[in-house]
Amino acid sequence: VEQVKLLDRFSTSNKSLTGTLYLTATHLLFIDSHQKETWILHHHIASVEKLALTTSGCPLVIQCKNFRTVHFIVPRERDCHDIYNSLLQLSKQAKYGDLYAFSYNPKQNDSERLQGWQLIDLLSDANRDYKKMLVPEGYKPIIVGSSKFRSKGRFPVLSYYHQDKEAAICRCSQPLSGFSARCLEDEHLLQAISKANPVNRYMYVMDTRPKLNAMANRAAGKGYENEDNYSNIRFQFVGIENIHVMRSSLQKLLEVNGTKGLSVNDFYSGLESSGWLRHIKAVMDAAIFLAKAITVENASVLVHCSDGWDRTSQVCSLGSLLLDSYYRTIKGFMVLIEKDWISFGHKFSERCGHLDGDPKEVSPVFTQFLECVWHLTEQFPQAFEFSEAFLLQIHEHIHSCQFGNFLGNCQKEREELKLKEKTYSLWPFLLEDQKKYLNPLYSSKSHRFTVLEPNTISFNFKFWRNMYHQFDRTLHPRQSVFNMIMNMNEQNKQLEKDIKDLESKIKQRKNKQTDGILTKELLHSVHPESPTLKTSLCFKEQTLLPVHDALRTIEGSSLADNRYSEYAEEFSKSEPAVVSLEYGVARMTC
Amino acid sequence: MEFAELIKTPRVDNVVLHRPFYPAVEGTLCLTGHHLILSSRQDNTEELWLLHSNIDAIDKRFVGSLGTIIIKCKDFRIIQLDIPGMEECLNIASSIEALSTLDSITLMYPFFYRPMFEVIEDGWHSFLPEQEFELYSSAASEWRLSYVNKEFAVCPSYPPIVTVPKSIDDEALRKVATFRHGGRFPVLSYYHKKNGMVIMRSGQPLTGTNGRRCKEDEKLINATLRAGKRGYIIDTRSLNVAQQARAKGGGFEQEAHYPQWRRIHKSIERYHILQESLIKLVEACNDQTHNMDRWLSKLEASNWLTHIKEILTAACLAAQCIDREGASILIHGTEGTDSTLQVTSLAQIILEPRSRTIRGFEALVEREWLQAGHPFQQRCAQSAYCNTKQKWEAPVFLLFLDCVWQILRQFPCSFEFNENFLIMLFEHAYASQFGTFLGNNESERCKLKLQQKTMSLWSWVNQPGELSKFTNPLFEANNLVIWPSVAPQSLPLWEGIFLRWNRSSKYLDEAYEEMVNIIEYNKELQAKVNILRRQLAELETEDGMQESP
Repeated sequence: VEQVKLLDRFSTSNKSLTGTLYLTATHLLFIDSHQKETWILHHHIASVEKLALTTSGCPLVIQCKNFRTVHFIVPRERDCHDIYNSLLQLSKQAKYGDLYAFSYNPKQNDSERLQGWQLIDLLSDANRDYKKMLVPEGYKPIIVGSSKFRSKGRFPVLSYYHQDKEAAICRCSQPLSGFSARCLEDEHLLQAISKANPVNRYMYVMDTRPKLNAMANRAAGKGYENEDNYSNIRFQFVGIENIHVMRSSLQKLLEVNGTKGLSVNDFYSGLESSGWLRHIKAVMDAAIFLAKAITVENASVLVHCSDGWDRTSQVCSLGSLLLDSYYRTIKGFMVLIEKDWISFGHKFSERCGHLDGDPKEVSPVFTQFLECVWHLTEQFPQAFEFSEAFLLQIHEHIHSCQFGNFLGNCQKEREELKLKEKTYSLWPFLLEDQKKYLNPLYSSKSHRFTVLEPNTISFNFKFWRNMYHQFDRTLHPRQSVFNMIMNMNEQNKQLEKDIKDLESKIKQRKNKQTDGILTKELLHSVHPESPTLKTSLCFKEQTLLPVHDALRTIEGSSLADNRYSEYAEEFSKSEPAVVSLEYGVARMTC
Repeated sequence: MEFAELIKTPRVDNVVLHRPFYPAVEGTLCLTGHHLILSSRQDNTEELWLLHSNIDAIDKRFVGSLGTIIIKCKDFRIIQLDIPGMEECLNIASSIEALSTLDSITLMYPFFYRPMFEVIEDGWHSFLPEQEFELYSSAASEWRLSYVNKEFAVCPSYPPIVTVPKSIDDEALRKVATFRHGGRFPVLSYYHKKNGMVIMRSGQPLTGTNGRRCKEDEKLINATLRAGKRGYIIDTRSLNVAQQARAKGGGFEQEAHYPQWRRIHKSIERYHILQESLIKLVEACNDQTHNMDRWLSKLEASNWLTHIKEILTAACLAAQCIDREGASILIHGTEGTDSTLQVTSLAQIILEPRSRTIRGFEALVEREWLQAGHPFQQRCAQSAYCNTKQKWEAPVFLLFLDCVWQILRQFPCSFEFNENFLIMLFEHAYASQFGTFLGNNESERCKLKLQQKTMSLWSWVNQPGELSKFTNPLFEANNLVIWPSVAPQSLPLWEGIFLRWNRSSKYLDEAYEEMVNIIEYNKELQAKVNILRRQLAELETEDGMQESP
């Protein structure tokens, strides 16, 4: 469709770019008059909305799961209607087989793909010690008994074992205790877990739900552990809200941020009423409680929520991240996601709405986890091997359905889908590009078990602009310290190499000189070489310069980006001949 | 000396000092005429060395005979002293109260301070108006320096030398001065070399209710316009407020009388509203018990960031008129000493690359704040903990610094100075050993003989050793106009000022150091590569020489 207008999301003056809109099998593509391309994966589309017809055409608003919002105006209503219908169909697939991952072909052969899948192997990688510790040994009948007593059969298993403290993080779902039911096997199993810890007699049982929710569950025959029935447990609620609260909280947040001409007061009151940062803080506080139980009290901890795949995953994985610096590396973080999220059955497909399913199952649980990690990277800028870009990329791909990792809702489903044969794994692609995701300030010297102790005073929680306004470039700082340092790090490596090269060349030269005095033949053979050497040298100097330039990109910014221009427009109306607003405005960045 | 009367107990032993993020220290407390000093006698190092003038407020408490004094500083720090003995504690408290609120400026520390460093360049002469004017040599054809205010007779809050249109003589200036609030006739604030457009500033015109006019004023303002061009008058009050001002003899330019000018009202808050905003913000930042909702609503209720957005928006609009519309502007509010200066100086940060360098920024503060007559003495008399709310106290300069920080944050490589430089200026504006920020205007400073009797802040800052602390390692000259984003999502709280004493910055500081290391290492490597290249080139030419014979 031609002559489509892309509106600036925040502009109050309806500034727009005109271009052509294409629909492919997998992407929506918009090419503007400057030949700039905007690609939107159909799977990323969260909602398409057709607004009332205006004089300039039919507006189409597309909201994406990666928080991109685009506002098109299609000149003809019929085209708009067609696009609308196609997008509705394309963005909501009914079965797994139609997802992009099954058609995505990055030109790898089968063995490469297999290697990719084997890259992160939980048993050999993270769980060096897990093999025998997964559950306390020799308790098979007890486990069967316990699994019958736990919601969805999710009996307590090991999530992380802290070698230094000999304490464990275990996870499960809520017990089917109702008002009075108990299960001896379950009690035995918990006792076995606490006995596996040689230091501490008692263990913590963390219920990550608000107490009220847990009590309500009792009426449905579920509930929480009764401290009297279990020996040596200390029971604790930590009050993280459920997926429905989180979903509407994010919705509110996005609504506020999408407002045109947002005032500071509306922004903060919106931030407050959305409750988003409060929820993030709750997750973080729970993880800190978990980490403290292990490091300070040497106690093992059992974590559960209702089903043990949302809040439990958040808390266990964040807890591990706080405790063990391995998970703060790029590879380790992949292992962590595989361990606490993918293999323990976080329902990615339902939570991310991969398929056209129940919208009530969609919830930004994993996004919250990533945001918590981001807050940690803000408080500890040197503790993580990866940067914000890595988190954003992972977030992009949990929704993209481009790789198989996040498809399906549990391990069983994934095996049935034969994902390992039919799709590719994300991790090798990220590892290949890891340069892009490295944190230039990372200091790897810290001890493996250096524990992060984040401060969760409210003012430490900030709005994550780079996530929720990832695509609204006008809101971002115009120069990035991070990129600059990263380039400089790269350049330093190159310079180190150059120095070595130069040194060896000088050595060669010197040798040749002394040799040359002795034998004239040699000198002749050197001679034809030297011009090439020289040119290569010149070339090098030149190549260095562009790096330098890229490093020091001088940026102004474009006035058009900003929204303090209403007045000027008012003037330009009254005196169009004198005031030319559009004059070279967009060309500020050179 | 008069101080001796005020100090009843000069010395107390076994005083315990509590500061956030430091272990408590026990030591001897000493009071001098200008300082409160606590030294733990073990290694003879002072643990605390606090200027009395930095103290904003104190609270005292007693538990038995143990007294506690809580000292709240103008830089928002709060410290606690446990003093054994009721009488000692009371004495100390009353001495601090008296010494921190001395009436006479000449008793302030800058008049007693003797520098421990060698003055290489006297800061009092670093930014002379003549030199500054020469920088705009291209303006010389249309503008001139006027000495009409030499005796401060025409306008008490202007400096002796001001820049005015060449075609207007001093006699006319005197007449215009009677038509403008506080005698502040329109003067040149900034000359945009790229297109010759200018920013002027003044006080409000005294039109009153009967619409007084002044031919000379109209002539002066029009003299700044090129043929066929129009200009904009930015009034930093809302139309409503400006209209109300007429009742008190003030007012605004009637478009009928200034047909080539278009008036824009951009409301920026002033006085006690700003002070209350600061008080609320600091209170919110200091209370660590707030839950998330409460913190966010307190932050919102303080309105501080709203003010930041207002000021930045006005400054961007001014810059836009100059650079994009190619139109000159006149900016004023009521007096033209507060919001006017915020806008003119921030517009220059946006437009003028020089003002983003250390020297250039110092010149800007000197020109647009000190010389322009921002009443520092009044505005910075008290800070966020004051109880006696005076109308003239307001964190106008702090808001300006915060706005600069916001732009700095969005263009981290375009400024030669770093955040510490801005924090340093904030501290010295409120309490200092230097005379720079004393007095309310040039005239007062002259009467106080500050140049002879006190040291200039710039003399100290511009030493190479000090400068290195304030230099931004990422700086790379950027000759472009920089347009900041003013969306609320782009304007965070300035943690370096407001959370400075409320959280440990250990990890952030370490990361900053690491960043500096990487940059330093980069420079080292580049230098080395250049040397090696030269060596290699020399060897090659030597080779060539040997071959040629």
